[in-house]
Formats: sequence, structure tokens, C-alpha cells
Amino acid sequence: MKRLVIQKTYKIYIGGKFPRTESGRYYKLESNDGSAIANVCLGSRKDVRNSVVAARKAVGGWSGKTAFNRSQILYRIAEMMEGRSEQFIEELIAQGFPKSRAREEVKESIDRVVYYAGWCDKYVQVLGSVNPVASSHFNFSVHEPMGVVGVVPQENSPLLALVSLLMPCIAGGNTAVVLASEKYPLSAITLAEVINSSDVPGGVVNIITGKLTELLKPLSSHMDVNGIVGSGLDEENKMLIQKESVANLKRVFIYNQDWQNEEGKGLYYIADLQEVKTTWHPIENIGGASSSY
Amino acid sequence: MYTNRLITLQLIKMAKKTNKNTWELAPAPESSGHIDLKKQYELFIDGRWVAPKKKKYFATTNPANEKKIANIAYADESDVDLAVAAARKAFDGVWSKIAPSERAKYIYRIARIMQERSRELAVIETMDGGKPIRESRDVDVPLAANHFFYNAGWADKLEYAFPTKRAEPLGVAGQIIPWNFPLLMAAWKIAPALAAGNTVVLKPAETTSLTALKLAEIIEEAGLPPGVVNIVTGHGDTGAAIVNHPDVNKVAFTGSTGVGKIIQNAIAGTNKKATLELGGKSANIIFADAPIDQAVEGIVNGIFFNQGHVCCAGSRLFVQESVAELVIKKLKDRIGTLIVGDPMDKNTDIGAINSKEQLGIINKYIKIGNEEGAEMYQPSCNVPSKGYFCPPTLFTNVAQSSRIVQEEIFGPVLAIQTFRTIDEVIQKANNTPYGLAAGVWTDKGSRIFNLTTKLRAGVIWANTYNKFDPTSPFGGYKESGFGREGGLHGLSAYVKLV
Repeated sequence: MKRLVIQKTYKIYIGGKFPRTESGRYYKLESNDGSAIANVCLGSRKDVRNSVVAARKAVGGWSGKTAFNRSQILYRIAEMMEGRSEQFIEELIAQGFPKSRAREEVKESIDRVVYYAGWCDKYVQVLGSVNPVASSHFNFSVHEPMGVVGVVPQENSPLLALVSLLMPCIAGGNTAVVLASEKYPLSAITLAEVINSSDVPGGVVNIITGKLTELLKPLSSHMDVNGIVGSGLDEENKMLIQKESVANLKRVFIYNQDWQNEEGKGLYYIADLQEVKTTWHPIENIGGASSSY
Repeated sequence: MYTNRLITLQLIKMAKKTNKNTWELAPAPESSGHIDLKKQYELFIDGRWVAPKKKKYFATTNPANEKKIANIAYADESDVDLAVAAARKAFDGVWSKIAPSERAKYIYRIARIMQERSRELAVIETMDGGKPIRESRDVDVPLAANHFFYNAGWADKLEYAFPTKRAEPLGVAGQIIPWNFPLLMAAWKIAPALAAGNTVVLKPAETTSLTALKLAEIIEEAGLPPGVVNIVTGHGDTGAAIVNHPDVNKVAFTGSTGVGKIIQNAIAGTNKKATLELGGKSANIIFADAPIDQAVEGIVNGIFFNQGHVCCAGSRLFVQESVAELVIKKLKDRIGTLIVGDPMDKNTDIGAINSKEQLGIINKYIKIGNEEGAEMYQPSCNVPSKGYFCPPTLFTNVAQSSRIVQEEIFGPVLAIQTFRTIDEVIQKANNTPYGLAAGVWTDKGSRIFNLTTKLRAGVIWANTYNKFDPTSPFGGYKESGFGREGGLHGLSAYVKLV
């Protein structure tokens, strides 16, 4: 007798747990030939709010980890992805991706995670400065995480765009609320499972599946989200994010990128999601008797 | 700012106590005889002085005596249109084309002429805006010139500022500045914009247009190509015309959070880049082990510098409980020696409130503070009968939820709270939608680093306050705005990286 396969329930990822959407709603995900793949959570604005709460709670712990430790954890994500790469590829194919593109998408995504793993303990050094002020003060500027960031990758690149936006965000010590691709949601959920088993503390990454038309507004208007980063959004959604962000002066970065090239990665994606903090302290008595070195 | 005179003033105070014949500092007014001001100022567009199309003007007055100084052109949309067109032409035709090293030389020239004309600039700044001449002379004007001097050198070194990328100018920058540091803010805005190769349309605040117009004269004198810098004077609608102009590529604004939000909303859906330098309610934190006398000076400098018209003013004071009584007593003593009065007098510590309107706002908050049950302290001082003045004001017994603790007052009003533990004060200090600056006073180095890491603000002053420098990035977290001004990081607001 043929063995009955165990079908997977794809759930959302909030605060290190995999709940169903609090709304209890779902949408059907079908393959190209019309056969059912999964019932996917149709996330709600309450899920967005719960995610922001979880993300906020995680900011202190995540940004407080040593940069070296964050680096290792990101590298661990890449290791886990590599081990699951066949699953990522199969899911993409099941959702209608051509085989070769699915392979590319997964390979590039894993490499991108490794790329950002390496930045965690370097960007502060490269971006920071000691400022030679014209008074007797020691003055330095360091980059600090912005806090909670909303991540809105484009529909048609469900893994690479997501990773290309998410990794610079968390490499820089931020926590994230991600809106997964509506059309190809499986990669995001599998990534959540990877992240969950990579020593990333709960709440650092939260991933919600559902409709952009329902989720984008509550995310962009949320008063406890510090920034929004996105790519490949149409004018209408871009406008929506920018308008809704005004309430608490969110920093908004929307890139025109398909992420499949060298320009799709870099230091400045980390820098965009950082705040610059400058500290002053007096220096005792320059030019005293002991200063003749 | 006040340190040098502290001892003298305390001696005076002692003398006052012991001697019935009180003696005070003789008036030491700066003269304005050498100042050359016109009766009427036009708009500076495309290198020429042009009358506004609608021929409308408004008066600028001296807030210390309510006397009119000059008429200022009121630019409307059509004037802004001309200015943006001139800036575009100058950008395409000259400024983005000439060698960066030549750009640098023009900017150096501006810095030098500002230094040469510094006394004139300081006097006009004080006449038009009400700030003490000592501050215009020692802070505003030299720093403004230094910003040009510092940024000039970046023009031909941008490739070192942004590794692996080419920094290209954005185009026409529309810049709107406030009335608290009129010339200095113009310098903060114009200098990096020009260094990076942008051209500029700048609007000064309506109560303080004069030094920006003097800067236009200097720019003329420096021989900058016409249209590289355009100064359009006017009110809020003039600023709105700049923000909404389709041919403006970059908006830089310093002012209130309310207007900042209007601007962010107005440019949504456009490709305009923005830098917003907005309000604050910065915490100044005094630990028990702090050098108390220095800390008291820092508190005074934090909130009473420039009449408290400072976005990063240390307007919320947190004193550790064990020294609260002592600090507050010393603070009361100290503000009793502050001289409130004629801004042109070199002895004046607190000058005139910038406008009648602003005085109204400050008085409204003082009333709110009293109504909320806070305890007010103002030293007795002879405030001039003409002009807009406000004595230094302390509020104790305030709650975290008090409006005078939560809202920006932009005047010489300090809300004082106490705390016991570090965690408590971090939480209280961060409990605000703003995040511009903070001060920490303690003798313990590890505590300073702990606090500077945990305070959510763009500038942290440790054992000092209200220090500024062209090399030092300035700007806020959260609703204090985004982007930085000053230093290497300030340049990035005026370039696109390709």
C-alpha cells in the first residue's frame, strides 16, 4: 500500500513561535497546474501588532549581543539553509518557479546570508568615526540599530529579496517584522523554520503571510516601528508606506533592485537602517606640563 | 559659556548680601554704528537682487525693543519658481560641471569673508533675533564660518568619504531653516550641499531673515556663479512652495516636529530625499558622584543657552535623589546671577525671546506647569519693559506625564525630576517620542559608556552640554527627525551613491 505523506501546515512566525493567524483565516495556495499545495495563513493586522510587540521585546537582547556573536548566528542561518536547500528549491518549483531559477534563487540567498554574517562585526568600524572637534573634547560617532524595522520584499523574489533586505537589517542589530510574498509564501515560512533553529532569539525575526493590501497599512502606520525597508513595490504601495510612516517619522527605504547582482548587497544597506550617535566628553587640560611627547 | 564669569558674579552676589549699596555690572553695549542695513531687502535669485513678483513685503523687528529694522521681501510660488529654475540652471550649467577643487575654493572664500565680516554678522544676528551678543559673537558666527571652512575641503575628497561608491550630487536642494540660529543653520545647510555639488534655494525663518541676506551678499562678494545659492525670504507658504516644487531634489528642514511631519507627508510618493532636524525634549542626567558645580553650569548652559531656543536643549533635568536638594539649591542660586536683558549688552546671559508669538507659547506652558501642580521658581530679575523677555524658570514636582515634561517648550523653562537607580533614569529619559540629545554627569567612566549606549538620542554630551562642531554629526532618533548634519555623516545627506 502506498504510504500516505504527511502534509505540512504552514504557519506564521511570531516571537519565536509558530502560531496560526489569530484571525483563523487562510488562503489556498495552488501550483501552476491548479493542484492544492497548502492552506496558508491569511495574516491580520492583529498579527502585525503582535509581531511588533515581539520584535520590540527582542531589540534589547539582540542589539546587546556582541557583534561577533551576531556574526556567528547569521553564519548559522546560512549553514541551516544549505542543509535545507533542496527543500527551498522544491518549494519554489512547486509554486511555479522554473527549475534553474529556483536553484539560483536559493544559492544566491545562502551566499547573501554568509556575506552579511561577515559584516556584523565590521560595519561599525568602517562607518564610525572619531571627529576632530576644535575644542578640548573627545568626540566619536558610532552606528546603532534603529530598532524595529518592517521588511517588505517584492512578490516575485520570495527568498532572495527577503534575505537581501532582512539580513542587513538584523546584522545591524535591528529586529524585523517581515511581510512574506503573497504569491510565493512557502520560502518565507521555511526560512522562519531555519531561523528558529539557528540560535536567533525569538522575536528578532517575525514573518507573516497574507495580503499586502491588508498588512501593509497596519505595519507602516504602527507607532512602535522605527523604519520600513522594501523593494519592488508599485507606486501605490510606495505611497501608502510613505504616507503612513509620517505619524512617527519612520525612516523609509524602498529600493529598485532585483537583488540578483553585486549591487544587491553592500555595506550601505546596513547603514540605511542605523542611527548615528555622537558622544562628547571633555579632555583634561590639553597642553599641560606632561604633554610634551 | 558662563563659566568665566561665575566667580565674579558670585562675588557680586556676596557683596549684595553684605552691602546695602548693591553694585551691578555697568552696561557694556556693543555698538551697531558700523552696521549697514538697507530699509528694504529683495530676494537673492540667480545672483541678482530681485523684487518679489507680487511686491509684498513684511517687517522684521528687533525683539528686544519691538522696533522695526527693515522690510523683507515676501516670496510666493512664482518667486520660488524663479529661484528653483536659477538653481537648476546653475546646477546643470556650472556647479556640477566645474572641477571639485574649484568648488572647494569658492566655499573657502565664503568662509573667509564671513570671518572678515564676523562682527557685523554678530551684531545683526543679535538685533534681528534677540540672542545675547556674546553668543552671536562667540558661537553662532564663528561656527557658521567654520562649517563652510570644514565642508569646503570635502568637495574634492568625496571618494574617501564613501568607500567603493561614487558620490554624485542630488541636484537642487530646497532648505528651510529656523529662527534660533539663523546664520549657523544657513551654514549647516548650504556648506555641505555646495561641497557635494548641489545648488541651493534657502528660505530663512520670517523673524530672522537678515543674516541669511547678509550671507547672500557674502556669496555675491565671493563671486559664486549666479544661481548656485538663492535666498528667498517669506513665511510658511514660501517654504511650502519650495518643498512642493517638482524640480527640487532634496528637502532639508530644521524646525518643529509638526512641520517636519507635514513635509514628510508632502514629499511622499516623490523621489525627493529629506533631512529633518526636528524637536527635542532632551534629558540632562546628574548622578550623585558628578562634579556638582560643573554639572550646575552644564544644566544652566543646557537650558538657558540662547533663551532655551535650542532643539537639543536639556529641558528635562534628572537629578539623583541623594543630591537633588543640593543641586536644586545651587541651581536656584546660580540662575539668580543670570542677567536677563538687552541682548546687545556683552554681560547679558539671557536675551530676548525671538518673537511675541514664541513668548506667548512659553507663557502658555508656564501656565500649564502651574495648573498641573508643579512648583515654579523664577529668580527676581529686572526684565526690560519693552521687548519680549522671560526669566529663567524652574519647575519641580513634575510628573513624567506632565505636559511640561512631554512637550517641547523652546524657552528658558526647565522641568526637574529625580531618580534613584540607573535603570529608572534610562527608562524615564527614553520615555519620550523625541530622541535628539542627552547629557550625563558622573565621574564614573563605565557609567558614561553604559548610558551613552542605552540613551536613544543622536547626541550624547558626557560631563558637558550644548557643544557643537562642524566635524561632529548632529541629528536625532525617533521623532526628532532623520539624517545627520555635520561631519562626514552630514555629507551623505547631499549625495547619491552610485
